[in-house]
Amino acid sequence: MFRKSLRGGVHPTAHKALSNTSPIRRFPLPQRLHISMQQHLGTPATPVVRVGDQVLKGQLIGASQGHISAPVHAPTSGRITAIAEHTAPHPSGLPVLVVTLECDGRDQWQDTLVVADPYKLAPEEVCVRVGAAGIVGLGGATFPAAVKLGLSLKTGVDTLILNGGECEPYLTCDDRLMRESATDVIQGALLMQHAVQARQVFIGIEDNKPEALQIMQTAAAGTGIEVRAVPSRYPMGSEKQLVQQLTGKELPAMSRAADSGLLVHNVATARAVYQAIVEGRPLISRVVTLSGGAVTHPGNWEVPLGTLASELMNHASGFDVTPARLIMGGPMMGIQLPNLHVPIIKGTSGILALTSEEIQQKQPEPCVRCATCVRSCPMGLQPLEMAAAIRSGNVKAAASLGLHDCVGCGACSYICPSSIPLVHLFNYAKGELAAQTRARQKMENTRVLAQRREERLERQAREREALMAARRAEAARKAAAQAAEEQAS
Amino acid sequence: MLMSVLPLTLLGATLGFLLGVASRVLKVERSNVAEEIEQLLPGTQCGQCGNPSCGAAAEAAAAGQLPATFCPPGGRAVAEAIAEKLGIPLNLSGVCDEGPKVAWVDETLCIGCTRCYKVCPTDAILGAAKHLHVVFAEACTACGKCEDVCPTECIRLEPVKPTLQTWTWSQPALLS
Amino acid sequence: MSQPIHGPHAHSNQRMPLMMLQVLLALTPATLYGFWLYGWPAFNLWLICLLSALGWEALFLKFFSKNVPRHLLDGSALVTGWLLALCLPPWAPWWLAVVGTFLAVAMIKQIFGGLGQNVFNPAMAARVMLLIAFPVEMTQWIAPEAVQLDRPDFVAGLGQTFGSLSLLDAYTGATLLDEVKNQQSLGAALPDILQAQQYNMAATLLGQHAGSTGESTALLLLLGGLFLLFRGVITWQAPVGLLLGLGVPALLMNLWQPESYPGLAFHLFTGGAMLAAWFIVTDPVTGPTTATGRLVFGLGCGLLAWLVRTWGSYPEGIAFAVMLMNSATPVLDRYFKPRIYGRTSSGAPLPATGKTSGDAS
Repeated sequence: MFRKSLRGGVHPTAHKALSNTSPIRRFPLPQRLHISMQQHLGTPATPVVRVGDQVLKGQLIGASQGHISAPVHAPTSGRITAIAEHTAPHPSGLPVLVVTLECDGRDQWQDTLVVADPYKLAPEEVCVRVGAAGIVGLGGATFPAAVKLGLSLKTGVDTLILNGGECEPYLTCDDRLMRESATDVIQGALLMQHAVQARQVFIGIEDNKPEALQIMQTAAAGTGIEVRAVPSRYPMGSEKQLVQQLTGKELPAMSRAADSGLLVHNVATARAVYQAIVEGRPLISRVVTLSGGAVTHPGNWEVPLGTLASELMNHASGFDVTPARLIMGGPMMGIQLPNLHVPIIKGTSGILALTSEEIQQKQPEPCVRCATCVRSCPMGLQPLEMAAAIRSGNVKAAASLGLHDCVGCGACSYICPSSIPLVHLFNYAKGELAAQTRARQKMENTRVLAQRREERLERQAREREALMAARRAEAARKAAAQAAEEQAS
Repeated sequence: MLMSVLPLTLLGATLGFLLGVASRVLKVERSNVAEEIEQLLPGTQCGQCGNPSCGAAAEAAAAGQLPATFCPPGGRAVAEAIAEKLGIPLNLSGVCDEGPKVAWVDETLCIGCTRCYKVCPTDAILGAAKHLHVVFAEACTACGKCEDVCPTECIRLEPVKPTLQTWTWSQPALLS
Repeated sequence: MSQPIHGPHAHSNQRMPLMMLQVLLALTPATLYGFWLYGWPAFNLWLICLLSALGWEALFLKFFSKNVPRHLLDGSALVTGWLLALCLPPWAPWWLAVVGTFLAVAMIKQIFGGLGQNVFNPAMAARVMLLIAFPVEMTQWIAPEAVQLDRPDFVAGLGQTFGSLSLLDAYTGATLLDEVKNQQSLGAALPDILQAQQYNMAATLLGQHAGSTGESTALLLLLGGLFLLFRGVITWQAPVGLLLGLGVPALLMNLWQPESYPGLAFHLFTGGAMLAAWFIVTDPVTGPTTATGRLVFGLGCGLLAWLVRTWGSYPEGIAFAVMLMNSATPVLDRYFKPRIYGRTSSGAPLPATGKTSGDAS
């Protein structure tokens, strides 16, 4: 049967063999953990501990704020030694509020809430517990998982899709996770199916991971979950593209997957859900791929959140050569790190140290309109036209060409024979548009404030005038009365 | 003779009538433009453009006496909106858009004289006599009126520092 | 830290100069065969075209204060010069080549803003301008048979190219398209003309009729084009469009009135059809960027070329057709956009599919 497949796409060199044979190893507890309060998309969490407090493993240390947010828990037991700003794992290198936890080495759990039969829990309860465990999308977007689940439960979802695509080069953390904890992932998927009352569950795995595919298929046997191979082509792991590949549905622009009756979660998120519901364990560690041409011993590590990337690198491997670039995440959509003194957060799927031969960055040349970018765009956009509009300063024109439909996958920048930083231009334009919106909003607010003040000043002036008039009248009356009195006397 | 005069007269009359109708039906309200421009302006009557109020400035801009970039607190966004509304070319070279700014009080110098909050057009400064004044960054339009009246020069406009939430990518360097 | 580097942190090994190099490689067999057909003067002309194209490029890059070595080596000037050499009469004098490359590189490309900014295909625009400015020099064709009977040696070739000798009279010939146009205007029937010209498929494919190098080597150009297609340097839409746009009307009219209208093979393998199909309409700068746009662009070029050949006053219309379609490129780009994912072709979001989904398999 004809099924719509991924349009465009590119085939970057996978480099997965560097790390896909090394099993996940547990990273030893470092002396100190630097737990960021912003490990998710949305409002940062607020610390609920004070300097000097003793905390147990799994204890809440940052409470979620507002609608889209997630709590943060202590990855081990110990003492809070500081609550201060620290460089964020973010390309800007701006500071973020970080709770520093000195580990006591006992790794002592707090009392955990273990459920005998999680399927007896109401779906709403599962969502609440997932939220309380601080689970976010572990594929990299770090959107709070409970918000997505709750929304899907409310709108009603037909199909749950687990994303085991892992289309980014180098990264093998999901691959290893599926190979080693397949049952956990399947259990997590079933729990999520229960939480959103979905009718069917698909798991999509790129066909460059045959071992994971086979193990997952075995683990899923008899559960009603269907594990399917999808072609290896970047960006197959992107939500919209994977949905189209697996269900043939195209998600309408500017809508959520839930509006089309779909919910997509990463396989690692499913495992975190399993751990949270069945073992009562909040999200306090994650699997991180350590890889890249400059790394001596690439591998996969289960790292407590808040471990500094430098500690992971020094303990686990070290460098062969001085890396040309340090990256958090995959090379396609990951971010450049200013240095390795940044904490691992929930969204850290990989720490890569790449050599310049791997990056192959060249000076940008003029665009010759070869349209390779148009052919590579999975969203059917015309990157070259958008880039031309942005370069001539017309950000609005770029928006009308579909800038907001761009998923930022980077296929166009990857393939461009003139090495034009297309995605960079698009993200610049998106930021510019967002800043304009913010400025407009602020102006609306201040205009109201200014109007109110003017009205107030006018009212005050009127009142003063009225008061003066009343006084004058009073004085005149008194004078008249006095005059009358004098006359009378 | 008549055969040539008559059609021309008729033609002239018809076209004249049509023009007359068009001028009424398609009339552009000049004052509307001024009003629409005023809607685009910050409305804080700060007077930095040299006009007594935003309304007066909008009138002047609608009459073509001001460039699109006349409003300093509005910055680039307002200039672009005005240029679009009036259909005039936008020359941003004269504007040194250093990004958004807000007023900031140097706590060691503030004497609590209350002058700044009396002039603030958006009530963005909070304070009482003999007490430290603070600025609500959200309400401050960086009009600079407070800077002018402060006797100790303790209040001044500082660029807004980006946070993780507001930071954006800057434009990439490209081959010219 | 200064401005951070934005992703992706991996790049393909596709490079513009590499693609240009492959284009040159694809042109090489046809060019070498052209040298054999037309002898030393053709080689001289080719060399002068390349050198003067590079010279003009360097001069104008300097003039516009750009980085000369970096841009000079992007290969675009070489491709332009080479293509122009294939479009000129093979025994044309040196100054025609120099003026031609000046027009192509300086006037058409650099003055419009350099690589990627030109509106018209440099080689085609230069050919049209030369044809209008120097109608005599641009139509002095050489008969390959004459060259093969009596090859001028290297010195004589230099003499021909630099104008100290005039060997033309002994070798002159007319192109098939010229001959057909001229004789038809005199009232001759098509089969008789072709008979007189000893037209047959094999002779055409072997380049035994007079013409420019690019006109006499259709078969090798086709092979070069297929090589580029195979290497992914060009896409199939524009070439196929041109061949269809030229071939379909030729076929239909030939079926209807064979005595007046030349057939499919005649149109595809004479003149610059093959060169244009694989090396000119595939020029990315001056063509549309989308697949449909490129097909329409090719179709337009083919159809216009056929119209000019059939009813125009010039025997060959490819260059005019390409220039006309070049100017239509922005319109094509505007109307043939790919559909954006999640949107209808008019740009509105797709209607929500709702939760009622069937089984997807």
